[in-house]
This record gives sequence, C-alpha cells and structure tokens, in this order.
Amino acid sequence: MTPLTRLDDAVQPSAPPAWPSTGDPVVCLRGAAARVGGRTLWRDVDLSVAAGEFVAVLGPNGVGKSTLVKTILGLQPAAAGEVRVLGGRPGRANHRIGYLPQRRGFDATLRIRGVDVVRLGLDGDRWGIPLPGSARFARRRRAAEARVAEVIDLVGATGYAHRPIGQLSGGEQQRLLIAQALVRRPALLLLDEPLDSLDLPNQGAVAALLGHVAHAEGVSVMIVAHDVNPLLAYLDGVVYLAHGAAVTGTPDEVINGPALSRLYGSPVEVLCTSDGRLVVVGAPEPPAVHADRHADRPSGARDGSR
Amino acid sequence: MTALLGPPFLQHALLAGTAIAAAAGLVGYFLVLRAQVFTGDALSHVAFTGALAALAFGLDARVGLFAATIGIAVLMGALGRRGRADDVVIGSVFAWILGMGVFFLTLYTTTRSTANGAAGVTVLFGSIFGLSGAQAGVAAAVAVAVCLGMLLIARPLLFASVDEAVAAARGVPVRLLGYGFLVLVGACTAEATQAVGALLVLGLLAAPAGTAQRLTHRPFLALALSAGLAVAEMWAGLGLSYAIPHTPPSFAILAAAALVYAAVLVAGAVRDRRGRSRQHAVT
Amino acid sequence: MVPGEPGPSWNPIIDLQLLWSFPFMVNAFRAGTIVAVLAGLIGWFMVLRRQSFAGHTVAVAGFPGAAGATLLGVAPVFGYFGFCLAAAAVIAALPRGRDAGYREESAVTGTVNAFALACGYLFIALYKGFLGGVNALLFGNFLGITDDDVLALLAVAVVALAVLAAVGRPLLFASVDPDVAAARGVPVRALSVVFLMLLGAAVAEASQITGTLLVFALLVMPAATAQRLTARPVASLALTVLIGIVATWLGLGIAYFSPYPIGFCVTTVAFAGYLLAHAARAGRFGLPRPRLAGGAT
Repeated sequence: MTPLTRLDDAVQPSAPPAWPSTGDPVVCLRGAAARVGGRTLWRDVDLSVAAGEFVAVLGPNGVGKSTLVKTILGLQPAAAGEVRVLGGRPGRANHRIGYLPQRRGFDATLRIRGVDVVRLGLDGDRWGIPLPGSARFARRRRAAEARVAEVIDLVGATGYAHRPIGQLSGGEQQRLLIAQALVRRPALLLLDEPLDSLDLPNQGAVAALLGHVAHAEGVSVMIVAHDVNPLLAYLDGVVYLAHGAAVTGTPDEVINGPALSRLYGSPVEVLCTSDGRLVVVGAPEPPAVHADRHADRPSGARDGSR
Repeated sequence: MTALLGPPFLQHALLAGTAIAAAAGLVGYFLVLRAQVFTGDALSHVAFTGALAALAFGLDARVGLFAATIGIAVLMGALGRRGRADDVVIGSVFAWILGMGVFFLTLYTTTRSTANGAAGVTVLFGSIFGLSGAQAGVAAAVAVAVCLGMLLIARPLLFASVDEAVAAARGVPVRLLGYGFLVLVGACTAEATQAVGALLVLGLLAAPAGTAQRLTHRPFLALALSAGLAVAEMWAGLGLSYAIPHTPPSFAILAAAALVYAAVLVAGAVRDRRGRSRQHAVT
Repeated sequence: MVPGEPGPSWNPIIDLQLLWSFPFMVNAFRAGTIVAVLAGLIGWFMVLRRQSFAGHTVAVAGFPGAAGATLLGVAPVFGYFGFCLAAAAVIAALPRGRDAGYREESAVTGTVNAFALACGYLFIALYKGFLGGVNALLFGNFLGITDDDVLALLAVAVVALAVLAAVGRPLLFASVDPDVAAARGVPVRALSVVFLMLLGAAVAEASQITGTLLVFALLVMPAATAQRLTARPVASLALTVLIGIVATWLGLGIAYFSPYPIGFCVTTVAFAGYLLAHAARAGRFGLPRPRLAGGAT
C-alpha cells in the first residue's frame, strides 16, 4: 500500500501564485464558452498564457479539452466571450502555432520517413513539388534541411528519423510529431494528449522535453492531458475543466481538495503519494488513474457505424 | 526518326500510352498512400458503365467516360469518409453499376444496327493500338493536364494525406484537395480506360505505385519513381505486344507491371528475412 | 417487390409454367437455387469476416480459369473451380495482419485482380472467335446448363455445406472475436483456411450464374441485406438464403423475358432488396427489432 498524505497540508502554505503572469498573453480567453451540437461544454472560462509558459489542460472525459484546443486554433468558434491568440482572432496566426492533434499514430504500412513528416510541417502547405537539383533554391533547401535536422536533434529522434514512420514505436512517433510541430519555430505549441499511449519513461521524457521547449526556447506550450503527474515538475499553470466550468491557476492552486470540490460541487480530495504523485479521489472520474480515450474526437474518426 | 518507332498505330499508342502511364503513376502513388485503391477500382467500374451508356445513347464513348468517372468521383468526395468506409456497401453498389454497364451494352448492341458487338470487350480491356492520331493527341493532352494538376497539388496533398488534422490546422484546404484529387483520379481512370480498359486500370494505378513505395521511403522520389515505372512498363508492354503476335497490349502492359511488382516484393521479403536473421545473429 | 414476375402474362403461375416448360430453364432454376443457397451462406460469413475484397479477388481469378479452360478445350466449370480454389489457397497462404498492412495489401490485391483479368483477356485473344463469350463469362449466362452441370453444382454445394455445418459454430466465434476464440482453443488460422476454400467453391459456383464480375450479387448483397434487417445469426442466415433465392428466381424470370444478361437482372433485384432494407431500416429508425417480412419478399 502506498502511503498517502493530504496534499492540502503538504503544499498549502507555498509560494505566492506565479501564474498567470503579467506579460503580453499569447493566448487569452475572457468569459469564453464552447457549444458543440447544442450542448454547452464549458463557459465563463478565463485564461491567459504568456510567452514561455507551460500550461496543462486537465479534466475528465468529454468535458471539452480538445474543443478548447480547437477554439484556440479557430477550428471551432467560441459561442461567447472573447478569444485572442497571438494578438489576433483565432485562426489568423495558425502558421505560428505548432499543433499536435489527438491521434492513434501512423499505421505500419505508411512508407514515409519520419524526416519527411517533419519536413511537411515546414513547407507542406506550399503548392507544387520540391524541385530537385535546382541551384537557385539550393541555399533555401539547405537551410530547410538544417532546420529539420536541428529540430529532430532537439527531440532526440536523430537515430530513427530516416526510418519509415509507420514502423516506429508510439514514443518515437510522438517525438517526431513534436518535432514537426516545432519545426517552424512556433510561438505557441498546442498538444492534444501527447502522453496518451506512451509508457511511463517516455511520458517523463516527453514532459521534460516540452518543459525545455517552453522555458529554454520561450515557446508557450499548452498541453491537454489526462494525467498531470508526469508534467507536474515542469508546469507553470493548470486549467482544470469540469462540470462546464474551469479553474485556472498554478498547479498547487488548482489541484487541491477545496478548489476541485468547488468545481465539482461535491467533496473531492487530492492525495499525494510518497513519490510525489497526485491522486484525485471522489471526482466523478478521477483523472489521475484513468487513461481511457476521449469521447469528443473528431467525427470523421468514427465511421463505419451501422 | 519516326520510322524508327514503327508504324503509325504504334506511334500513336506510344504517345498516348506514355502520357497516360505517367498520369496513372502519379495518381496511383497517392491512391496507395491514402489507402484509396478501392476508390480507383470503383471508378474503373463506373468508367465501363459510363462509356457504354454514352455509346448506347449515340454519343462518343469518351464523353460518357469522363462524365461518369468525374461525376462519381465528386459524389464520392461528397460522401467523404463514409463513402470509403464500408467495403460491403462499395462492393454492392459497384457490382450493380457493372450490371448497369451490361444493360447499356445490350441496349447498344440491340438498338444500333451499326453497333459493334465487341464494344464491351474494347471498353473492358482497352484498345490502345486502335487509337487514331487525333485520339492519341487528345488523350496525351488530357493526361499531361492530369500530370500537371497532380504535380501542382502534390505537396499539400501529401501533407493532408499523412497528417490531415495538422494540415487542416495549418490552413491546407484539406477537403478541397480531397475533391480535387478525386477529380484527377476520375480523369485519369477515364484516360487509362482507353489504353488498358476499365477492368485493368486498377493494375496500372496500383502496381507501379506499390512498387515505388516498396523501393523508397522518400515521398517525392517515390512519386517520381511511380510515374517512371509506369511509363517504362507501358513501353515494355507495348513493345512486347508489338513483337509477339496475338498478345494483347493490355495484357503485356499489365504483365510487365505485375512482374516488376512481384519481383520487388520477393526481393524485399528475402532482404527482410536476411536482415532479421542477421539481427538475430548480433543479439 | 412486385408480387410476381414481370412477364408477358403478368400472371405468376402461368409465367412459371411457361418458364418451366423448357428443360434449360428448369435446369437454370435448379442451378440458380443451389448456387443461391451456397453463396448466400458462405457470403454471410464473408460479410461478417469483412473479407469481401478477398471474395472479389477469388471471383476475378475465375475469369482466366474459365477462359483458359475454354482455350484448352476443357469445360469452363473445371477452370472456375480450379482457379477459384487456387486463388483462395494463395490468399490463405499470405500472411494476414489484421488492420496493419492495408495499404500494401490493397495495392497487391488490386494488381493481382487486374493481372488475373489481363490473363483472361490473353486467353480469349488466343482463342479466336470466342469474343462473344467474354460477356457470358464476365456477366453471366443461364443458357445451356445441362443435367450434369446441375449435378456437379449440387455435389459441390452439398460437400461445402456439410463442411460449413461442421465448422459453423467455431467459425462464427472466430469471425466475431478471433483473439478470445484463439485463447479458448479454437484453431482460428485453420478455420480461416477452411473458410477461404469454401469461399473459393462458392465463388466458382456463383460465377457460373452471375458471371465473374457480378458474384457480389449473390455473395454479398443478400447477406448484407439480411444483416441489415436482423442481428440474430440464425434468422439472419435464413433470411440471407431466402433473399438469395428470390433474387435468383426473379433475375432468371426477368432475364428470360428481356434481352438483358442474367448478371444484370440478378444484380439489380438483389441491389433493390438491399436498398429496400436500408429504407426499411431508416423508416423504422429507433425500433429495436424490425420485422423481417416487409423488406425483401
């Protein structure tokens, strides 16, 4: 049995909240609401993410975490309130956003190298094909190849980037996809459950990588996650969505009994194991122990139903 | 110079065949990549019915070919993923469409006194040696247009095929590209039907593309290789068919394509096994 | 459907008497019924196992088989059975990843399909004067079925159905949930091979009625229609057979009274039934167990 201690006692008298910071926000939601299929997923959400901050979006299944990401991308209009991304309306500056959608991974027969997938993140939206051997574009091409190599090195995928991506493991694919999202030097990185389907060592490694990207490279990172534990050491802020509302703050402010009890409207306890893992107890669906998939995946993925 | 290339019918076949093969290779690469080979199959069935319907109503077969394949391609695009999800539905619908083709074939042969009883066979199995100079010119022009269209959309289409959600978030018009691609598939199928016939189009679309994806993992190299292989196989088939009597060109083209693919698959399997045993030896 | 066959008299009894006054029509009905039963039952499992692409490939292999047999002066029946069973054996021998391998598999299958048809075309080209027979091979023909043919069809069908009855229950288990079935000791792989051989036999039989290209009419459409209407296996199997027989009989009747090939008629009737089942299902949306009688008969 793992010895558990009450988190509230352990961390309550901690440092004053360092988040949200006062810098120019990269993402800013004020009184925002999202409605999908006539159902309001969440409303009155206030959120501000500054440059170089690492923020996790947590909450139980079907609560609209992925919808929040799509709202920021401008793929899903906000039903109410104001949403500003990189100083403009959502969708206006998507070329400065690196996006990693929720996915299952590539199937084994996709015979495309990892480096090509990363390269598509750089120039995949340009028409035509890359012209072979044209001297005029040689310098630009060399710069592009150097950037791809650099970002693959950053995520530590150099060893396998030239193998077909379908034959790589889930963790290796995930690193290459993060490289793809980073290759254009985005100002904001949006990741939808990048830790899903990874084993624990890989979860830790990817979390550390994202923390490095945020704090050393100054990229704002928003990550949708089921399990906050692998991220906890690196997070600046947390958005906890539940029951149509959200609590935002530092991890310590949000992931504690009183705050989550207010959110759920029923008693919720947050327990801390001896190795520092958090366990939410009493919530309708405890996020720290559940790892099953979302119900609100894009409708296109659920086909063939009878 | 032209005498070197043999009699006029062979020159016409080479002209049309080269352009059609290049288009089929380019289109086929994306069909295989997007796992839409069945779509190509379905469109070839439609091509058969379209051509015979046009003949039955006294029109040029090519009018029916292009109208049917492009129309159905757009329809399949509108149905979207639902349209390609269930192979039972696709199989049933297109078996029926083939049945309709037979209906039109019977209508054609029974109502038109000038009708040629072998029209059905021609549409099903192609008659590339029967192309006139003008027909070959038109076929080549359309095929070149298909090639140019494919090259224009190749990179965003690759992005959308590999990574649809990210491409959409980055502003690639994913849906529009899907439509555009299907229209090109339809045009290419209609073109290739004239060369190798509705039933054999699938081989020309699938075999070079499958071979190229086996040979390299670099997408644009594979795209070029697919088109190159298709052209080479087309030439080999036309040459064989010209040299060996009683060998239909469609068969020779398909045989060349299938043989190359089979050889590459076998070589790959042998290499895989050898590589695995070497790995075993190391560990 | 209409309550009788469309024909000159529009009286089903008189029309049937007319049809059955010709020995070749009687044989056609016998053969059609045998084929409909076998193809329906095997096709039901095929739809359940999502192997319709494999069925298509096996069917296409029948075309060079029949054309090659004609070229060699052998009865096409042998060509159908030889090539369909051989194709089924080849498919069974190929390693089969479950959802992995779809891209490669579809490229290979497409190539094999087209190449098989090309071979058939070569045989026809080599056998001059056979050009009119192409349509019969591809789109079906019900004329000239002899008593011996019917006996051969019946013998194969009886053997195939006996095998199917023997392996039916484990096959159902293995089709629905292969992993659990394997864990429970069901020989999933062997069953898959057996099933593909049965499929080869069923396709070879169906090809002789509907033609190589239209076997889906008897193989897939009745099963798809029945599975649309009911989820209970036994009722669904029975309905499949019923729909198959009705489609065949109506198709034969229409083909006799019209100039159109049998394949087109059977396909159209079966497809109409399929559409009706969809419509019936959509019309009664929400009802948990739709009544069966309305849709197909």
